[in-house]
Amino acid sequence: MHDTIELVLDVNGRSRPLRIEPRETLAEVLRDRLGLTGTKISCDAQVCGACTVLVDDLAVSACTYLAADADGRRVRTVEGLARDGELSPLQQAFIDRAAFQCGFCTSGMLMAGTALLEETPKPTRDQVVHGLEGNLCRCTGYAPIVDAVLQAAGAGEERS
Amino acid sequence: MRRVGTHDAAPSPIGESVPRRDGVAKVTGAATYATDVVLPGLAHAKILRSPYPHARIRSIDKTAARAHPGVIAVVAADDLADVELVYGHALADHPLIAVDKVRFAGEPIVGIVAEDAVTAEEALALVDVAYEPLPYLTDVREALAADAPVIHEKPGEQRAHRGFEEDIERTHPNVCSTSRQQWGDVDAAFAAADLVVEGEFRYPRCYAYAMEPYTTVASWSEGRLTVWTSCQHPYMVRDDLAHCFRLPLSAVRVVVPYVGGGYGSKSYTKIEPLTSALALRAGRPVRLALSVEEAILTTRGDAADIRIASAFDREGHLLGRRAEVLLDTGGYAENSPLVARKAANRLGGPYRIPALDVRSSAVYTNTAPASSFRGFGAPQAVFAGESQMDEAAERLGLDPLELRRRNVLRRGERGWPKVRGIDADVGADIELAAEELDWSATAEAGHGKAVCVSASDAGSEPVTTAVLRVHADGSVTVMAGSTEIGQGSSTVLAQIAAGEMSVPLERVNLVQSDTANVSYDRSTGASRTTTLMGLAIQRAAQDARAQLVRWAEESLAPDGPTVIEEADGVSIGGRHHDWGSLVRAWFGGASGEVVGRGYLRRSGATEEMPPFWEVGCVGVEASVDEETGEIHLERLVTVGDVGAAINPQLVESQDIGAAVMGLGMAMREELVYEDGNLINGNLFDYRVPRAADIPPLRTVLVERGDGVGTYGAKGGGEGSLNPVAPAIANAVYRAAGIRLREAPFTPERVWRALQARDAGRKAAG
Repeated sequence: MHDTIELVLDVNGRSRPLRIEPRETLAEVLRDRLGLTGTKISCDAQVCGACTVLVDDLAVSACTYLAADADGRRVRTVEGLARDGELSPLQQAFIDRAAFQCGFCTSGMLMAGTALLEETPKPTRDQVVHGLEGNLCRCTGYAPIVDAVLQAAGAGEERS
Repeated sequence: MRRVGTHDAAPSPIGESVPRRDGVAKVTGAATYATDVVLPGLAHAKILRSPYPHARIRSIDKTAARAHPGVIAVVAADDLADVELVYGHALADHPLIAVDKVRFAGEPIVGIVAEDAVTAEEALALVDVAYEPLPYLTDVREALAADAPVIHEKPGEQRAHRGFEEDIERTHPNVCSTSRQQWGDVDAAFAAADLVVEGEFRYPRCYAYAMEPYTTVASWSEGRLTVWTSCQHPYMVRDDLAHCFRLPLSAVRVVVPYVGGGYGSKSYTKIEPLTSALALRAGRPVRLALSVEEAILTTRGDAADIRIASAFDREGHLLGRRAEVLLDTGGYAENSPLVARKAANRLGGPYRIPALDVRSSAVYTNTAPASSFRGFGAPQAVFAGESQMDEAAERLGLDPLELRRRNVLRRGERGWPKVRGIDADVGADIELAAEELDWSATAEAGHGKAVCVSASDAGSEPVTTAVLRVHADGSVTVMAGSTEIGQGSSTVLAQIAAGEMSVPLERVNLVQSDTANVSYDRSTGASRTTTLMGLAIQRAAQDARAQLVRWAEESLAPDGPTVIEEADGVSIGGRHHDWGSLVRAWFGGASGEVVGRGYLRRSGATEEMPPFWEVGCVGVEASVDEETGEIHLERLVTVGDVGAAINPQLVESQDIGAAVMGLGMAMREELVYEDGNLINGNLFDYRVPRAADIPPLRTVLVERGDGVGTYGAKGGGEGSLNPVAPAIANAVYRAAGIRLREAPFTPERVWRALQARDAGRKAAG
């Protein structure tokens, strides 16, 4: 068997003690050990952003982020966005704007968008586009996603 | 979004932009995809792939891999004597794992099943394969040389799902299939022409990049096979699995959870036979999840090389067209025979062409197999055809829009014999695109505008069934074999059921894509689901309603008071009875249900082929950076002629997505081979559009109620992709005076064209 290490992650506000192999990525630990499969793996190379989660409020690609490096840190995933069954304003905006189709990029988009809005609560359209530059979507053509982030920010900017 | 046109009133919530029914699941991470499926005892597979583009396999030594701790099975073709290895719905030429030779770099040779994926990956290095490299081909014209190496020594067997009745003999062993479209006297047309426009157009090999790479979980139990997979056509996959494992169709269950993107790339069968074979040998359920790099090597779009000539009279009327289309289909046929057929059909455009002769061939090369990719055949064909319309307009001194006006088919007019007349007002659609682009206003200096149109014979074949059950409480379960691939079928089909039965949408449950539990649908592709499955559901609802009315007569009005059918039940002697009460009354208790059936075949409204035409227009305003060759898209307009939008917001989002996907292929995307290997087979080097690449967009939905679907619906989702490349090329011509005939229009290609233009101008003095 391979060597293992112990660590404690704070995942969506719950403390999760774990014993893992040092090579395991945060995405693997979230998906395979904690059953949090909302975090998706696509490119597995930090290009597409599908696996974006927040570690201490910073958006990171969980596919290339070693779980060991998150030891003792605060990890937030898409499963933690809704509170007591109530969707976050960004989640609701994604539904309102049809900002997803297949949904495979959506968790990552939501996490990147959440980080963006925490850092810049009233972004301009350009700031949103820039903030989502690391997240690929193949279905929507991005425009509805940008609209959704702006809606959640209360900017109310409408695409014609 | 702008909406134009009117159609028959539809019962609520049909025609309303209700929120997606998969919305909450998808924004909370709860939606389950094939990649999330876990079974007890699940083992994991990895695939050893050929490093050679074309080679004979001399030997495979599996000893060391089998001895590796944690390895459960090491499987090559010689371990599968009990399996029918070769499959293919059009041509059976594709072994599920390499047999004796490999035909492209990346072809699977050995599958290893282990307790975990890391162990399986480690064991790949322990397999020793001896190859005898063979001369290889990565170019279609080289592949057609008289002395070219032969990729398939034995032609693939023709199979049932051909979809191309008039194919002609293959003229070279490397020709996979040839389709021909021919009518009128082409020689006479060209002899009489005032203008002939000729050219050669090249469209690249592209990768759909569905963000969920191909993933399959296969499990055997009591001689039956169950597969969870990320695919579009579960019933087609079932057919291939039944063939490979010599099972009755009823012994194969294909289940499709949410699919992380399709765009045609998950049409037909991919890794399901291989995963099932590995599970059979392992004696365990097996998961095979490909990486993006492996997915690129599994399916791509067909590259096209199109030589085309169009003949016009001096008023700009098309007299004739000749074309030869060569598609690079890679190592295996997959769906390319149909792509070749569609490219031939779509070269006519929505135009009246008195004489036409198109030969369209899918040609084998030693590259990754090509198959369906959104618009299949249309983006390639429309690039050539629509570019030539603008070239002709310029040479005749006509406005490109006016040239199109003079040639466009009128509603009901047939583009060629024995085809459905066009079910759209294409001329009016083109005007809408022009209007949105302020066509009559002169473009800013250095800018160019263009409008292009495509009409695709869409909908595939009308072979579709639906079951609609009304339960004892009046709620409804619909069983529909269409797959939710992101297009919104789970919402739109439920809307149709709710409207037809007049029950609240939240009381309708839609069950999709499980071949054991849901009745047959041919496929989810060719923009067919809303139209064809929508019709089947409407018929199932009508069938359920008719039975319920009969039951009301039998159980509540045996002595003759008239039963009057209402939207949400019946009325007898002035008293309303809802559907649930009719079910309960007929069964004589508190339970029971009625089962409504809807069938669709080539009969009645769907007798003529295609089931509908998918018409899309794209308008582009572009400028060119003369220093860098970068094209700037100032704005992009789409017109989707969808007949009737069941959910306008979802149609709009399909249209925008399609246009942006087309933009990626026109501007950047191309799979490049060097020395027989794909050199940009990853997302670092293969660049898909990003948020910052999107120009200002505007969408027009046209709803004139002229489709065969419910309330006049037709399909959408491809039409706005097909004309994007020629619209950009034509706009660039008008902005900068360069004619781009090879996509993608990378800055380097554009810059070289600008240099050639300047050199030409200098030479001309």
